[in-house]
Amino acid sequence: MKAIVFILIQCLIPLLTFAKTWHIGEKHAFKKIKEGIAVAQNGDTILVEKGFYKEGNIIIDKSICFLGRNMPIIDGDRKFEVLSIKANNVTVEGFKIQHSGYATLDDPGGIKVYDSERVNIINNLVYDNFFGIYIQYSKNCLIKNNKIIAFGKQEQEIGNGIHCWKSDSLQIIGNDVRGNRDGIYFEFVTHSVIWRNTSVKNIRYGLHFMFSNNDAYFSNIFENNGAGVAVMYTKNVIMMNNTFKENWGDAAYGILLKDISDSYIYNNRFLNNTSAIFSDGANRIVIEKNIFQGNGWGLKVQASCMDLSMINNNFLGNTFDVSTNGTLVQNTFKANYWDKYEGYDLNKDGIGDVPYRPLSLFSVIVESNPPAMLLYRSFMVSLLDKSEKILPSLTPDNFIDNNPLMKSLKL
Amino acid sequence: MSRIIRFIILDILKNRIVLVYTVLLAAFAWSAFSLEDNSSKGTLTLLNIILLIVPLVSILFTTIYIYNSAEFIELLVSQPIKRNKIWISLFAGLSLSFVIAFLLGVGIPLFVFADPNIAIMMTTIGSIITMVFIAIAFLSSILSRDKAKGIGVSISLWLYFALLFDGLVLFLLFQLAEYPIEKMMVFLAATSPIDLARILILLQLNVSALMGYTGAIFKDYFGSTLGLLVAFLLLLIWVIVPFLFSLKIFKHKDL
Amino acid sequence: MIEIKSISKRFGKLQVLNKVNLECNRGECIALIGPNGCGKTTLIKSILGMVLPNDGEILFKGKSIKQDFIYRSEIGYMPQIGRYPDNMTIGQVIEMIKNIRQHKGSYDEVLYHQFILPEMLNKRMSTLSGGTRQKVSAVLAFLFNPDVLILDEPTAGLDPLAAEMLKEKIIAEKQKGRLILITSHQLSELDDLISEIVFMNEGQVLFHKTIDALKDETGEARISKAITKILKSRVV
Repeated sequence: MKAIVFILIQCLIPLLTFAKTWHIGEKHAFKKIKEGIAVAQNGDTILVEKGFYKEGNIIIDKSICFLGRNMPIIDGDRKFEVLSIKANNVTVEGFKIQHSGYATLDDPGGIKVYDSERVNIINNLVYDNFFGIYIQYSKNCLIKNNKIIAFGKQEQEIGNGIHCWKSDSLQIIGNDVRGNRDGIYFEFVTHSVIWRNTSVKNIRYGLHFMFSNNDAYFSNIFENNGAGVAVMYTKNVIMMNNTFKENWGDAAYGILLKDISDSYIYNNRFLNNTSAIFSDGANRIVIEKNIFQGNGWGLKVQASCMDLSMINNNFLGNTFDVSTNGTLVQNTFKANYWDKYEGYDLNKDGIGDVPYRPLSLFSVIVESNPPAMLLYRSFMVSLLDKSEKILPSLTPDNFIDNNPLMKSLKL
Repeated sequence: MSRIIRFIILDILKNRIVLVYTVLLAAFAWSAFSLEDNSSKGTLTLLNIILLIVPLVSILFTTIYIYNSAEFIELLVSQPIKRNKIWISLFAGLSLSFVIAFLLGVGIPLFVFADPNIAIMMTTIGSIITMVFIAIAFLSSILSRDKAKGIGVSISLWLYFALLFDGLVLFLLFQLAEYPIEKMMVFLAATSPIDLARILILLQLNVSALMGYTGAIFKDYFGSTLGLLVAFLLLLIWVIVPFLFSLKIFKHKDL
Repeated sequence: MIEIKSISKRFGKLQVLNKVNLECNRGECIALIGPNGCGKTTLIKSILGMVLPNDGEILFKGKSIKQDFIYRSEIGYMPQIGRYPDNMTIGQVIEMIKNIRQHKGSYDEVLYHQFILPEMLNKRMSTLSGGTRQKVSAVLAFLFNPDVLILDEPTAGLDPLAAEMLKEKIIAEKQKGRLILITSHQLSELDDLISEIVFMNEGQVLFHKTIDALKDETGEARISKAITKILKSRVV
């Protein structure tokens, strides 16, 4: 009974506050969005009908619900920031927002959120802007199911898809980001989640992550970005269930780990990247139950890394499973499946009786002398590798998996 | 000329070795593709065939065949035919037989299983490599009258191109590690037909990124249409120059 | 018909031919004789263009054979040891040579039938005896009605019957006015055949005489004896 009363009161509150809905469109009193916003009060809804609205910079400075019906188009005329949100409790939903201005000084965006809390940006098509969705000094915002498309050709000429700066508790969910500089950009963003996004064909990174502690990203797809994903100068990041795919190029990585510590990389799929994981200055990272398949390098470990644990991963069809430029590395490899393993299992416990050394001689040579890659697949190199396998002498001792699995894990 | 070529091809076909070679190539190629679950591994197996087996069989068989055809050549020379014609026909006959053997053995499975671009590249390069080593065999067998010596020279040349050359390159790489030697490497690779072929195919297999800066230079040099033409031209020079040398010697040889 | 003008040939340090001069005319049947290694075969091969002289010139019907190959269509050559591609059959070899020579006139198939080759057409060259190979060589030499026949040890290895057939054929060709060059060790064989004799030693022509002149000089009826006599007189 109490519950019913509560619900009734809840229903009546809007009536009590006299929240209004303002219609905007050809057939309505208000033809322009700006007129609607001018008269709206906090808590009102502005409903924009299908149409083409070119009104310069539109500023939402009230707590309103700003809805588009049938994807009305808001155009920035390539001069203005299209939509600026400068109030808490704002929802923007259902617009096509296009053609923002281009300026490197104040970074105009399709939608830009300034110092606000609880802003929801949902189901918009953010098309051909300098920055797509830009969030700064904000908290508890939700960016969900937007499609952000840009046509950048060069890094300098285009901004990021979803750009987050000095914010906290953001949720970036289910967005599709293409053709920007970085697909999703995090700098000084904490306690946030990036979930189920697709970031494809961005010029630089699919996800660019700096000075952002205590975040998690999972179930995202990062495909064919100029340099893959970078996670830098950060700690306590959880990366789970993501797919890093076809980030192929001279300096492209599945993930670039740089100066990062205490993080967990679990159950991701690294497919056909130049380097699946490139780690430089990474400490206390657990890499568990991932699939490394068809990459140039599975794991590239610089000598500056400490305490990486590789546990229960599948290495399938990579050119080099592991490579390093140093010798004194305290990393552990435990119970991984290596498709290049040629040992045997006499007691049939599924664990190879001979330890596996994932570091091939040629990969060591290439690391110290990159032009040697020119000899890749030559008969000479195969001979070298085979002889090193039989009599290890040049490769570091501590790159060793003492319990290599005989069969790949079902991941 | 075509009449002589026809006789030579018929003669080679009767030899059966070419047939065995075709069947073996086909067996290798089909099993490479059907045993591996992804076609790129099969492609890499074929790459090894193209870089090792094709040159070896081409150079060995050709050398032996030329020595064994001494009588045939003598017979032809006493007939009203230009010497040029005899030697060129011999080359054309051998090249045709081996290229056809290669296309039947490796080309068909390649086109069935692999990406068409890669298939085209690999069959073209495989065919040219075949001809390169036939041409080298012509040169080594005309240089010495002694069959054993000629075969020895041929095997040594194969060893050099397939193995020793790469070892030398590796050695140079280490000796000159401090210098910017990438461009020199490009030049160096062009001096070995096997390396040129390997790198051309690898570029097509999209592993150039793995090759880092050197790979990028290679891609710049040989990735463009013009570069590709230059690379093929270089390979063709490897066919033409040894053969023309041998032709020049043959024209003045006493039989 | 064939004029050899001062040709020399060295194989390394060995002087095989030393300024050899020779003139051979239509209707002559010339025997080229001399000890082993005297340069007979090299001389023949020089005429055929198989060996290229270091010096001197060979004219065939007045034209230098250097850089020429068509003149060989007027020569039938029977080598000392007939060597043929092992995998070919007799029929294929004959067919191939016919094919290569593109002969316009009629074929002379007398020896072809006399040696009963039609019954052996499917035999592989590698399975043939030396004699049968010689038969094939002989057939090929005569097949195209050439103006010049060069026969290197033609009867060596042939059975007496075949040798006799070949001799008759040579005589018949001589009478048709062809130029015939024969080398042989067996002087006794040459008696009825030849009209002139060229004796070579150490790369040089010792003498070039007609048979009649030779017989007159020595008073011997048999060529072998006549030559032995001349050689003896020279040594003395």
